[in-house]
Amino acid sequence: MEIFLQQIINGLVQGSVYALVALGYTMVYGILGLINFAHGEVVMMGAMISLSVLTALIGIGLSPFLALPLSLTLAMAGCMALGYGIERIAYRPLRHAPRLAPLITAIGVSIVLQNLAMMIWGRDYHSFPQLFSNHTHQIFGAIISDIQLIIVIAALCIMAGLMLLIHRTRLGRAMRAIAENQHAAQLMGVDVNRVISITFMIGSALAAVAGLMVSANYGLAHYYMGFLLGLKAFTAAVLGGIGNLRGAMLGGLLLGLIESLGAGYIGDITGGFMGSQYQDVFAFLVLIAVLVFRPSGLLGERLAERA
Amino acid sequence: MSLRFVGSLLFATLLLAACGKSATDQPSDLLTVRIGAAAPLTGPQAHLGKDNENGTRMAIEDANAKGIVIGGRKVHFELVSEDDQADPKTATIVAQKLVDDNVSGVIGHLNSGTTIPAAKIYSDNGIPQISPSATAVAYTLQGFKTAFRVMANDAQQGRALGMYAVKSLGAKKIAVIDDRTAYGQGLADEFIKAATAAGAQIVEHEYTSDKSVDFTAVLTAVKAKQPELLFYGGMDAQGGPMARQIKALALNAKFMMGDGGRTPEFIKLAGSSAQGVYASLPGVPLEKMLGGKDFSRRYEAKFNQPIQLYAPYCYDAVNVMITAMQKADSADPAKYLPALANISDDGITAKIQFDGKGDLKGGAVTLYQVQQGQWQALETVGAQ
Amino acid sequence: MAKLPKYILLLVVVLLPFAIDALLGRGWVRIVDFAMLYIMLALGLNIVVGYAGLLDLGYIAFFAVGAYCYALTGSPHLALAFPQLFPDGLHLSFLVVLPMAALLAGGMGVILGAPTLRLRGDYLAIVTLGFGEIIRIFMNNLNAPVNLTNGPQGISRIDPINIAGMSLNATQKIFGIALPSVHLYFYLFLTFAALVVFVSHRLERSRIGRAWMAIREDEVAASAMGINTRNLKLLAFAMGAAFGGVSGTLFAGFQGFVSPESFSLMESIMVLCMVVLGGMGHIYGVILGGLLLALMPEMLRHSVVPMQQALFGRIIIDPESLRMLLFGTALIAVMLYRPAGLWPSPVRRRELLTDEME
Repeated sequence: MEIFLQQIINGLVQGSVYALVALGYTMVYGILGLINFAHGEVVMMGAMISLSVLTALIGIGLSPFLALPLSLTLAMAGCMALGYGIERIAYRPLRHAPRLAPLITAIGVSIVLQNLAMMIWGRDYHSFPQLFSNHTHQIFGAIISDIQLIIVIAALCIMAGLMLLIHRTRLGRAMRAIAENQHAAQLMGVDVNRVISITFMIGSALAAVAGLMVSANYGLAHYYMGFLLGLKAFTAAVLGGIGNLRGAMLGGLLLGLIESLGAGYIGDITGGFMGSQYQDVFAFLVLIAVLVFRPSGLLGERLAERA
Repeated sequence: MSLRFVGSLLFATLLLAACGKSATDQPSDLLTVRIGAAAPLTGPQAHLGKDNENGTRMAIEDANAKGIVIGGRKVHFELVSEDDQADPKTATIVAQKLVDDNVSGVIGHLNSGTTIPAAKIYSDNGIPQISPSATAVAYTLQGFKTAFRVMANDAQQGRALGMYAVKSLGAKKIAVIDDRTAYGQGLADEFIKAATAAGAQIVEHEYTSDKSVDFTAVLTAVKAKQPELLFYGGMDAQGGPMARQIKALALNAKFMMGDGGRTPEFIKLAGSSAQGVYASLPGVPLEKMLGGKDFSRRYEAKFNQPIQLYAPYCYDAVNVMITAMQKADSADPAKYLPALANISDDGITAKIQFDGKGDLKGGAVTLYQVQQGQWQALETVGAQ
Repeated sequence: MAKLPKYILLLVVVLLPFAIDALLGRGWVRIVDFAMLYIMLALGLNIVVGYAGLLDLGYIAFFAVGAYCYALTGSPHLALAFPQLFPDGLHLSFLVVLPMAALLAGGMGVILGAPTLRLRGDYLAIVTLGFGEIIRIFMNNLNAPVNLTNGPQGISRIDPINIAGMSLNATQKIFGIALPSVHLYFYLFLTFAALVVFVSHRLERSRIGRAWMAIREDEVAASAMGINTRNLKLLAFAMGAAFGGVSGTLFAGFQGFVSPESFSLMESIMVLCMVVLGGMGHIYGVILGGLLLALMPEMLRHSVVPMQQALFGRIIIDPESLRMLLFGTALIAVMLYRPAGLWPSPVRRRELLTDEME
C-alpha cells in the first residue's frame, strides 16, 4: 500500500513538472494554433540562467532566500525576452505561410538555442546548489520532500492564475477573441501582434519557473535537458486537449501517473514479460487510445470553445 | 528563376566544400604524422567526447615535445579531431573522412555503437584503430586485424563488479537498473551473470533511459523488493540524480555503478548523497602508476577542469600507437600494425598488451568508493 | 534540363563518383551515398506529407523496419535466437529481402494508418511520433525473453549487398576499371533513387495522386466527390512506408551494422525538414531538400575551421557548436525567405497565393 501511495506521489510530482511546461505549449497553441517546438529549449535556458545567477549570487555571500527570488526574476526576464524574440523572428513572418513552415523554423530555433547554450555554459552538467534541506514529509509511509511539495502547489497556483487571467481580464478576453478569429478580433480593435507577443512572454516566463523547479528538484541543469522534457510536455498537452489550460494540467498529471504506475506495475500486469523499459510504450498507447476515441484530447480543444 | 536559384545554391555548396579541402594541406619539412580522433563533441555526451579529445591532444603534444624520430626524420604529430555525434551513420562518414585525411591511426570512437560500424572502414583501409572506451564485446568479435581497445570490455568489468558485490560486500539480494544503451545494458547483463554465479539473487531488474532525470518510479519498485545492493548500468549524468533520489526515498541499499559513474561529475551531481557509493574503473589507480599523478595534475592545469573519465585511456592509446611506430621505425599503418599487435608497454592506466582479438590482456579492474567527497581506491582485481 | 541529351546526362552521372573522389576525396562519395538514402526517405515521406497532407513524425520507423528486416535475415544473428532452426543464421540474398522488407514496412504503414484516420494535423503528428518511438523501444528491448533484435547492442556483421555474385563491399573491376565499394553503392542507390523518383512521378500524375491532393486540400469535399478517403489515406501510408523500408534495407547492407540509436525521433524530424524545406509535394524540390540537408552539416564540418582561420587567424568559437548553430540558422533563414520551400511546385504555389487570406 505504501509503495502504491509512493508511486502516486512520484507520478504527481513528475506530472506537475510536465503540466507546468505543457501550459506554455497550450497557451501558444490555443491562440495561434501553432506548436512552439522550441518551448522545451526555453525551459532549458530558464534553468541555465537561473542556475548561473544563483551560483554567482551565493558566491558573493548573498543569503539563498534573497538569491532565489532574484535569480528567478532574472531568468523570467531573460526568457521573456527570448520568447518575444523567437516569436518576432521565427513565427510572426510566417503567420500566413503554409502550416508546416513555422514547424521547421521552430526546429531551427531549438537547434540554435541548444548550441548557443553549449557555447555559453559548456558541455558539462551543472549541479544545482542544495538550498532546500533534505527534510521530507511522511504520508502513510510514503515520502515527499519540500521541493516536491512546492512543485505540485506551484503548478496548481500557476494554472489557477492563468485561468483568472484568461477569463477575468481584458487581456484574457483579447486572447480568447484572437483564438476565436484573428481577423475579427483585429476589426474589433484588438492589437493582435501585441497580444500574441504578450502570450509568448507569459509562456516563456512560465518556462523559466519550470526550468528552475526542474533543476532544483533533480539537482542538475544541462544544455540538452529541454528536448525530452519538451516532448513529454507536448504529449501531455495533446493528451488533455491542446489549447486547453485545464487539459494541459490534467494531461500532465495523467501522463506523470501513467509513467510512474506503468514503470511500477507493468511487470506485474504482463506477468514479467514486459518491464519498465516499456513505460513509454505504455504511455503512448494510452495516448493513442484516448485520441482514437476522443480525437481532440480529453477535454477538447482551444481556449475559446469553452468560453 | 528557381533554376537559377538552385544553380547558385549548388555553386555555393561546391565552393564551401572546395574551401575546406584546400585548407587542410600544409607544407612542412618535417615528417607529419596525422592521428585521427573521433568522439561525440555535440549532443548529450559532448562532455565525455571533449574529455577524450583533450586526452588525445595532450599525448600528441607531449610526443611532439619529446622530438621523436622515425625513419631518420623528426616527426611532427598532428591531431585530426572529428565529431561523430554518437551516431553510427555519422561515425562511418567521419571514419571515411579520417581515412581520406591520411591519418596513420585513429583513437576512437567513444561509444560502442559508433566504434563497431566505423571499425569496418578502418579495417578496409588498413588503418589501426584503438578505442579508449568502447566496451561492447562485439567490437573485437568482428575479426578485424586493425581493431584494438585499451579498456576492459563489458565481460571483464561486469565480472569484477559482480564478484565484488557478492564476495566482498556480502550482498545476497541484488536489484539492477540499466539505461537501455549498449553500454548500460551490456554491463548490467554481465554483472547479473557474475552475481548470480557467485550465489546472489537478482530480486528486481528495472529500466530507465539515458535521457531521464526522474527515477523515483523505478526506485520505488526496487524499494518494494528490499534489496541489499542496487547496481546501475549507466552514466554519471543519470547516476548522480539517482543517488539523490535513493536517499530521498529512504531506500536502504548499497549503490554501485561501473566506470560510467566513477567521475568527479557524479560526485558533483549527487552532492551529499554520493557518500559511500561504489564504482569501478578498468586499470590500476592513476596515483599508483608511473606518471599517473603527474598526468592528472597537468591535465587540470592545461584544460582547467578535472579529468572526466576516459582521457587517461586516450593518452595511453596514443602513446601505445606512437611506441609501435617507433618500434617499426615507420608511421606506415601496414608496417607498424604488427608491432602494435605485439606491444607491451606501461601506460598510465595499466600495462598494455593485446590478445589475439585486440582486447586488453589481463584487464585489471579497480573498485572505488566515495569517501568525504573523493573517489578512494578500495582494491584492484585482475579478472583472470 | 530536359533539353540535354539523355546520354550526356547518363555519362555525367556515371562519372560523378569519380569526379567527387578526385576533387573532394572518397569521404564525399560516402556522404553522397547517404544523401541518396535520405532522398529516397524524403520522397517516401513526400507521398504521405506532400501529396496526402498527413503529417507524419514517426516516419523513420519504417526505415528501421526495413533495416532490421535485412539485419535479421542477412546476418549470423538469428543463430543466437533460434540455434536449432538456423545454426548459422539465415543468410538470405538482398534481392529476396528487399520485396519482403517493402511489404512488411507497407503493412506497418497500414497498421499505423488505421487508428489515425480520424485524426487531423497536430494530433496525427503526435500519434505518429508515438508510433515511431514504440517501434524504436521495441527494437531496443526485444533481446529478452527471446533475443530477436539484440537490444541496444545492435546487430553487426550484416552481409554486404551481393548482386549477381558480386559483393559490393570490395573493390570490383569492371571493364578493367577499378570500382571501389562506395562507388558501387553509389550506382546501386542511384538506381533505386531513380526508381523511386519514377514511381513518385507516375503516382503524382495518376488518379491516385490527384485523389491524394484532393484529400490534402479538402477532405470533406474530396469525399463528397466520391473519393474513398479511408482507402486512399491507407494507401498513402503504405506506399510511403514501403519506400522507407526499401531504403532501410539498403542502409543495413551498406552500413553492415544497425542499432536502435540510428532511428531516433531526430531522424524523423530531419526527413520531415527535407520535405518541407525543399518544397512539399514537388519531387525535384524534395530531392533538393534531401541533398541539401544531408550535405550541409558535412560541408560545414569541412569549412568551419578554415573559415574561422581565414577570418580571424585562429579558432575563436568551438567549431562543433558553431556548425550546428549555422545549420539551425540556415533552417530558419530558408523558411523565412521561402516559406513554401526552396523549390515549390508551380501548382502548389498558385494555390498558396489564394490560401493566404483564409
